[in-house]
Amino acid sequence: MSQSLSLRAGLVSILILLAFIGAWWGATLPTQVDLGDMDPEYAAMMGLDTTQESDIPTPGHIGSAIWTHLSDPFYVKGSNDMGIGIQLAHSLWRVLAGFALAAMVAVPLGFLIGMSPLMHKALDPYIQILKPISPLAWMPLALYIIQDASISSIFVIFICSIWPMMVNTAYGVSSVRDDWLAVAKTLEVGPIKKAFKVILPAAAPTILTGMRISMGIAWLVIVAAEMLVGGTGIGYFIWNEWNNLDLANVIFAILLIGVVGMILDMIFGLLGKVVSYKEV
Amino acid sequence: MTTPSFIQVDGLEKTFPGPAGQEPVTVFQNLDFEIEKGEFVCLIGHSGCGKSTILNILAGLDAASDGYVFMENKELTGPGLDRGVVFQGHALMPWLTVRENVAFAVKSRFKRHSKDEVNAQVEKYVDMVGLTPAIDKKPHQLSGGMRQRVGIARAFAIEPKMLLMDEPFGALDALTRGVIQDELLAICQATSQTVFMITHDVDEAILLADKILLMTTGPFAEVAEVAYNPLHKPRSRQEMHHDGHYYPFRNHLMDFLVNGPGTPYSDKATDGTPPALDKAPRTGPRRVVSA
Ligand SMILES: Nc1ncnc2c1ncn2[C@@H]1O[C@H](COP(=O)(O)OP(=O)(O)O)[C@@H](O)[C@H]1O
Ligand SMILES: [Mg+2]
Repeated sequence: MSQSLSLRAGLVSILILLAFIGAWWGATLPTQVDLGDMDPEYAAMMGLDTTQESDIPTPGHIGSAIWTHLSDPFYVKGSNDMGIGIQLAHSLWRVLAGFALAAMVAVPLGFLIGMSPLMHKALDPYIQILKPISPLAWMPLALYIIQDASISSIFVIFICSIWPMMVNTAYGVSSVRDDWLAVAKTLEVGPIKKAFKVILPAAAPTILTGMRISMGIAWLVIVAAEMLVGGTGIGYFIWNEWNNLDLANVIFAILLIGVVGMILDMIFGLLGKVVSYKEV
Repeated sequence: MTTPSFIQVDGLEKTFPGPAGQEPVTVFQNLDFEIEKGEFVCLIGHSGCGKSTILNILAGLDAASDGYVFMENKELTGPGLDRGVVFQGHALMPWLTVRENVAFAVKSRFKRHSKDEVNAQVEKYVDMVGLTPAIDKKPHQLSGGMRQRVGIARAFAIEPKMLLMDEPFGALDALTRGVIQDELLAICQATSQTVFMITHDVDEAILLADKILLMTTGPFAEVAEVAYNPLHKPRSRQEMHHDGHYYPFRNHLMDFLVNGPGTPYSDKATDGTPPALDKAPRTGPRRVVSA
């Protein structure tokens, strides 16, 4: 039953894709230009054609762009011309570095906030003020202080990943069921063992959800950050191709960002499954 | 001078701060009772009279507002591995298997045990509650009765001096409850385990308890009577209603719950035979605390 459902859903997905590509193809067909009563031979001589290519790249253009990029993703021909794999690796590295630093701060701090009502009340105003700030707003300050575009991007990723992880960790820790803590108490379990053997596994699904949200935001932000600071990365690639007016490459990069974002999300979804448990 | 009891509860009182702007609520007060070593004590009372609070104080999870609890002459001030707790809602950790749940307790109690020793202890107690076939399952794969059995195995596995159980079978269907009651009875008789158990099931108390503490309704609840179980040991669910003491005793308990405290059971002229206990309490004459 469920298998036939996925089968049918897959079929519908493919149909939607085909319909979309078909409509796109139709919309980007060369157009007939009305030349009025002009003599066709004169028009040809003047370089005017009766058919005109569309400004928007056709599916064929995108297909060939995908092929070109994926057939040689890792070349480096100077600082302005690198394979898409290299650009992607730069972006991924910044995201992972910023995300890992954020996790190292957010999870322990979230633990503290979740365990201590005092710290919760004391830190709450800061979190509420810092959380809604667009991470890109930090960029000028980061560039000025850090004086390095790449590290500034990492900092921006750090600052945008930290909040969902911290808030979720605090929530997960504070909502660990009392009877599990009571079990730990009656067994005279020490604070360290309690943190790692009871609270962490109990809160892990919530923490992982926070990480998943953070990773999603980080991947959104890295593109914008790299557009802003330039140099390398998938965001810079898009901006560069826009300046070259190569829309096929822009569209290719958009698709790639989507696919990579989906894969990152799937990884965190799987990790979440690993630590999840069925409450009874 | 008499030998002091294993557990001595003296003038215990619990007052909760009232909701904002309201008077604090004294749930119970002036609680005095004893538990002897090897005794199975049941606490019966209406819901809300503070039974769980008393058990939590004995477990060291809650603090009394007034009064003392002594265990072997030492005041109890916090939780400890000398007491095993079976929680009302089993309180198993759902991310651990049965084996790991019990091992968590065993490792906490026997810190120097090797892996093999821990495992042997775990398997012994899981086997005791008949769950060896399910030992590597997670709690959500078990029935309610099996989960409660794991809770019991976990509490027994630390070999506590006293077992504390808060309505352990309250959430189970009658059939499962009966089976587990029988198991618990057999285990407690085999191990001479000291038990303090809360129940609202009169038959459960008659089957299991040597001594039944009867609580009045709160607020200001008290233990109005300590009734010694007159039924002969060993008792069994199938046979106990043939015991001549069964109906008078059961009626007495029901009367207490329905009509409130009356003449203590020991003062009621039954057939003249003293309450039969195979283990006489060491505190001399059986005491009855009257309200
Ligand atoms: N933390 C608390 N704050 C205020 N009142 C409480 C608290 N815990 C329990 N109570 C009150 O104390 C009374 C006794 O509770 P409890 O010990 O759970 O009763 P029982 O187990 O006999 O049903 C109840 O009326 C309950 O509302
Ligand atoms: Mg209760």
